[in-house]
Amino acid sequence: MSESCKYHLVCGMEVHAELKTNSKMFCGCKNDPFGAEKPNSHTCPVCLGMPGALPVANKKAIEWTIKLGLALNCKINLFSKFDRKNYFYPDLPKAYQISQYDIPFCYEGVIETSHGPIRITRIHLEEDTGKLLHKEIKGEDVSLIDYNRSSVPLIEIVTEPDIKSPEQAEEYGRALRDIIRYLDIGNCDMEQGGMRLEANISLQENGKEGLPNYKTEVKNINSFKFAKQAIEFEMERQEEILEEGNIPKQETRGWDAKKSVTFSQRTKEDAEDYRYFPDPDLPPIRFTTEQIEKIRKDIPKLPHVLVKEWKENYGVEERYSSILFNSPSEAKWLEELFVLSKKEGLKANKLVGAMVNKNVKYNFTDKVESVINEFKKLNKTDDVSDDDLIKIIDNVIKANADTVARYKAGEKQLINFFFGQTMKALGKKVDGGLLRKLLTQQLDK
Amino acid sequence: MLNTLTLKQALDKLDKKEVTLSEINSDINKAIKEKNEELNVYLTLNDIAVTNTEEKSSLAGLPIAVKDNYCTRDLRTTASSTVLDNFVPQYDSTVIKNLRKAGGHIIGKTNLDAWAHGSSTETSQYGRTLNPRNTGHLPGGSSGGSAAAVAADLCIASLGTETAGSIRQPSSWCGVVGLKPTYGRCSRYGVIAMASSTDSPGPITKTVEDAAIMLNHIAGHDQYDGTTTTKEVPDFTSFLDQDLKGMKIGVVYTNIEGLEEIKDTFLEQIKVFEKLGATVEIVEAMDPHHAIGVYTIIQRGEVSSNLGRFDGIRYGNDRSFFGHEAKNRIMLGTYTLSKGYADQYYNTAQKVRTLFIKDYKKLFKEYDVLISPTSPGFAKKIGVSESSAMFGELEDMLLEPSSIAGLPGISVPCYRDQETNLYLGLNIVAPMFREDLVIKAGDAFEKNTKWNSWRNK
Amino acid sequence: MLNKITKQQVHHVAKLANIPIDDSEAEKLATGFRETLETITDLQSVDVSGVEPTHQVTGMENILREDKVDDSRTFTQEQALANAKQTHQGFFVVPRLIKK
Repeated sequence: MSESCKYHLVCGMEVHAELKTNSKMFCGCKNDPFGAEKPNSHTCPVCLGMPGALPVANKKAIEWTIKLGLALNCKINLFSKFDRKNYFYPDLPKAYQISQYDIPFCYEGVIETSHGPIRITRIHLEEDTGKLLHKEIKGEDVSLIDYNRSSVPLIEIVTEPDIKSPEQAEEYGRALRDIIRYLDIGNCDMEQGGMRLEANISLQENGKEGLPNYKTEVKNINSFKFAKQAIEFEMERQEEILEEGNIPKQETRGWDAKKSVTFSQRTKEDAEDYRYFPDPDLPPIRFTTEQIEKIRKDIPKLPHVLVKEWKENYGVEERYSSILFNSPSEAKWLEELFVLSKKEGLKANKLVGAMVNKNVKYNFTDKVESVINEFKKLNKTDDVSDDDLIKIIDNVIKANADTVARYKAGEKQLINFFFGQTMKALGKKVDGGLLRKLLTQQLDK
Repeated sequence: MLNTLTLKQALDKLDKKEVTLSEINSDINKAIKEKNEELNVYLTLNDIAVTNTEEKSSLAGLPIAVKDNYCTRDLRTTASSTVLDNFVPQYDSTVIKNLRKAGGHIIGKTNLDAWAHGSSTETSQYGRTLNPRNTGHLPGGSSGGSAAAVAADLCIASLGTETAGSIRQPSSWCGVVGLKPTYGRCSRYGVIAMASSTDSPGPITKTVEDAAIMLNHIAGHDQYDGTTTTKEVPDFTSFLDQDLKGMKIGVVYTNIEGLEEIKDTFLEQIKVFEKLGATVEIVEAMDPHHAIGVYTIIQRGEVSSNLGRFDGIRYGNDRSFFGHEAKNRIMLGTYTLSKGYADQYYNTAQKVRTLFIKDYKKLFKEYDVLISPTSPGFAKKIGVSESSAMFGELEDMLLEPSSIAGLPGISVPCYRDQETNLYLGLNIVAPMFREDLVIKAGDAFEKNTKWNSWRNK
Repeated sequence: MLNKITKQQVHHVAKLANIPIDDSEAEKLATGFRETLETITDLQSVDVSGVEPTHQVTGMENILREDKVDDSRTFTQEQALANAKQTHQGFFVVPRLIKK
């Protein structure tokens, strides 16, 4: 979009993510569609939609959905239920997807990004569909169906239209993925379809309040970068249409990653009518506040919270701490390390710096004590008295009169030269800070 | 002829070694050969021989007829629709599993209204079944095949399913006993779903005693059906031969328009309850006409969703194979659930359903059981269902209120017309999970009247 | 309104329901529609204000399963495909769904 644009982006996202439970959402089949040796080998009457088969909901998947909701500051519906979303497509064996219509497990949350907060409208739990492959077999154009993925637990996270830039959309997607992974409830493997993005995109004239009177929905985006590109593409496309005095069509568009364009898939005229109604096969679900609080207690502190706390409590810089850990157990290990380093009077930020720069080798299975010892060894200084040190410094100053003159004339960076020379003459380890202080003192005399 | 034995009689005779299973089977098979072609009861006969007959089991390998909407492993299951013409399930429904475990032998799959949509067995895409009591008449439905199999002694006992009348109404028309258990008492897993919130598998038998024995073996919690109760399953035979002293019986629906033909006969027949020590009172209940609306909307809605899976990809033929009645119901359900109409229809129906449940709660504070005729009349002549889209619902009006409330009920023969040899049924309804009461009252009625054709040969 | 179900509406519903019908069938179905809708209009006369809907007659709640793999019901690939009209190398087959 051109710089002098008179429109701004109004964008909300719908993200689907598979949960990594052991079994499927509504039957006991193995939830491992990508690990399956053969197509249609992780199926039973339930996930194949055989006549008479009935669903029974996976408790863990429900708890995990609530866990994510709590981590994203959502409110939780203590009473909830599953509904049938009716539509026909060959990858949907029952011709209805068990989903949640008017009472999702979680609602009204928020997620922070560097561009500002994004409100979460709702998080609900549903089941995934089978997988389609489009091929030509013996000259015939066909689609092949594998139901190993059918009824894998799938959560949908819907945001308010708070996303203000393509960059923010990308950041949101990554942040959400990181949290789901950190909670250890989903792999979010984009390439395998473990996480899928959709963006509702429209433009509003600057200065105008409220939502635009149209939106386009871009589906099947399978990378965060593509989400950004798709939004950028749509912004330009829609701006052109608006500039011609027209309103972009309300429609569903796909993302063509090869051509980096969106393309029309379905217009509103043949919009779906899903005929939702409560699934009579699944009794409703009621939680107590105590149960929700128990789930809340199990939620580890999220990375962005920890990083902030570590800065305040131990002076650890975010640029170091944020790249050091990927799981709650690793974070716990680091916390222990910081506590011990504080107790030992060591600077945690230096320790972390040494770890990031690989001067201190470590493993999350190590005892934190051994890492502290490693760090101490690195920084061990020999006992040299200040007087002895000053003598050596003075010798160095004498031997390099020319350089001293240049230093005094303003080439202050030469301090490093004297530093090196003194260390060489000393042949021992001393506290670098102290040496620098004494050097400056003697040179400035 | 050993095929005319009741389940209880057969078990006793086998136990005393007065007869052998193969003698019984031989007579059953003979009867099937003689009558099945005319009556069109069985769609598929099980050619797998009975095994383990030496081993003593509760049902002793006796031949049980099963409605063709129960999935039976390796045995064709059609729901009487050509959509499933060649469908051979790779799994057993839970009730069938339970039945097999108890030693029951599935002798064949019986005809029904296609997808259990109807009250005549005339909508079967494999032709209508005839009423064995009078072949110019219909057996009722949708479990018409199972009721006819029992009435014609083509089995020892049978299984049907009821959504709103489908066990009790054909039992009434065929002069047999039909027990519709409480919703959630018997697993629906593997029973081709019609209306998921009211479908109830249950037995159709020669006597109330047989129904109690059958229920003992098929009832119980199922981990694969989240709507089955974890309540303990009592020994239902322990409620037989009980005294009715002190039992309070409410008589409902006697003033409904259309009941004139049978009202006096019915009231005459239920006098026996007073003789047995029960108190009998006529009582007002919520207008069953409303139940037609509730049931029709809920049932059509759930049907439209439940029959979506039949797309010809994983099994069966494609959707063009649906018969007229199924199309009618799928379409109506689709319409009533669609945007802008769901509130007017589906949501309203579910609220009126609540009113029926409340009305029953009130009535059951005063009465132990409620009774009424099962059907507004005798079995209808063949062909009669074809003229009206609402034929079944009007036929089942007296049973729909208890069905939408999930209550247990039983139909026992309460009159036989000597001229036509056709029967009337007495419907007994009790509170949720109180099958004991309907068995107790039904058994007492049966044993103290002359209408059961096996007890009064 | 209820009695004015048109053939066109029937066609629209047929599309939603994925039921192939022709014009003469639409006419016949429209008649059945009208008859059924007439019967159920009776419900509009019932006062349901303040009444909660009943979706579950048993009153049961929280019927959930533990997250354990239960392969006692799992089909072999052969069983899964046993009733399919068309299969290919372990897949179910339908005419191509997405344009090339």
